[in-house]
Amino acid sequence: MTDNRKVKVEVNNLTKKFGDLLVLDNISFNIKEGELLCVVGPTGCGKTTFLNLLSCLIEPTCGDLLIGGEPANPRKHNLAFVFQEPSSFPWLTVEKNIGFGLDVKRWPAKKKKERINKIISLMGLEQVRHLYPHQLSASTDQRQVIGRAFAMNPDLLLMDEPYGQMDIKMRYYLEDEVVRLWKELGTTVVFITHNIEEAVYLAERILILSNKPARIKEEIIIDLPRPRGIADPKLVEIRKYVTEQIKWW
Amino acid sequence: MSVENGKIKLELENISKSYKVKKKDFLVVDNISLEVCKNEFLVLLGPGLSGKTVLLNIIAGIEEPSSGKIFLDGEQIYGTHRSICMVFQKIGLLPWKTVMGNTEIGLKLSGVPKRIRRKTAQKFIEMVGLKGFENAYPHQLSGGMKQRVGIARAYTNNPDILILDEPFGQLDAQTRYSMQDEILRIWEIQKKTIIFVTNNIEEAIYLGERIILFGKCPAKVKEVYDIKLQRPRNNMDPDFLKLRKLISSNMDIDLGV
Repeated sequence: MTDNRKVKVEVNNLTKKFGDLLVLDNISFNIKEGELLCVVGPTGCGKTTFLNLLSCLIEPTCGDLLIGGEPANPRKHNLAFVFQEPSSFPWLTVEKNIGFGLDVKRWPAKKKKERINKIISLMGLEQVRHLYPHQLSASTDQRQVIGRAFAMNPDLLLMDEPYGQMDIKMRYYLEDEVVRLWKELGTTVVFITHNIEEAVYLAERILILSNKPARIKEEIIIDLPRPRGIADPKLVEIRKYVTEQIKWW
Repeated sequence: MSVENGKIKLELENISKSYKVKKKDFLVVDNISLEVCKNEFLVLLGPGLSGKTVLLNIIAGIEEPSSGKIFLDGEQIYGTHRSICMVFQKIGLLPWKTVMGNTEIGLKLSGVPKRIRRKTAQKFIEMVGLKGFENAYPHQLSGGMKQRVGIARAYTNNPDILILDEPFGQLDAQTRYSMQDEILRIWEIQKKTIIFVTNNIEEAIYLGERIILFGKCPAKVKEVYDIKLQRPRNNMDPDFLKLRKLISSNMDIDLGV
């Protein structure tokens, strides 16, 4: 099936060194608009460094990153980031947290309100919209952070193992939720995980990074219909294959 | 509840625990009775915040039950017991002590002479695959390595029962897989009764001979599963996945605030 979506993000010859240590080695790839891309690789291969470069938190040693054809610039482009631990602002309610990015980018009040309500409704957070983070469970707290990231209609949404610390049943629920949000809002998402099953469950495409210095080892397209079943033989086969590619234990 | 392979090592009888929160009683463990067989690898599985840790703390003697009794080898026990050792999730190593210092600490506190305790600790440091790291400090070790020290420390005290409270919860998925193989390897070399707590169904099925499933808080036994899969188990095997689906459908999810 051909993908007619236009290219949103271009990564060209991305390289990162810390002193003498070469972490990322000449990485090049594209991300299409509205694509859900997962990045996997062995422990310690440089996935977080890779994400930090994509989000402009650090500068590459060489290579460039283009969003919509222009050099990535956090002032111009909307880059949203979800970390492994919840990063909500403790002094803001759920509603205010979700609207934070919209405040920063000075959305008009009516548009902001509509957007916040849409996210809250999509995520079923009505009951907690006026609560503060300390009143929430860790998983609900993380969900509002994810809501905040999707709300600002980002050019690129980067997620670094957002469900790493949660119990497995909660993970399934949250993975389904992120698919739902992604489909509904059409956001371009890069999702980093150690969990191969999670990657195969979520992704349209998987990038497999090699061990340090990280290069793109392989790219796998996943065109399984949704909702996907973790026991589906096709999913299991892809999972087995990807696991073999990164297995170091 | 099926108790197949012989001797009962530990028995919990009607254990309950509640805390006073703003003058009201908050029940966390609800009337739990269970038996653990000698040298069994028993897994306690439940969602987050289900009360599993409180139950473990009661077994380890760190907390007192509100009611109920615990029997070890048929005799009632109260509080901590040298036969029961715990490995924590948030890796509980002393940062100012080396791997050797951390491993031998139980014996040191018991007054065992240096030569003997060093020899014992060394044996277990090697058993967990950390030979050569005796003089390393915790900050120099990876997450998986730190957990191995925790396991070596527990083994050094020669307990009959080893309790592991989500020991791999802080590790990434891949390191977790490698540590699961590690704990099984260690258990095969030196069999102990193991009570392993996790919220991860795949991990539970991979490791356990029996799985006791808990529901949402308060902790109550929901179901007991005998895992008859041959070792080494394969987490992508059709039988494994079937079992995973079965247990998953029975597991609670807590979306509460």
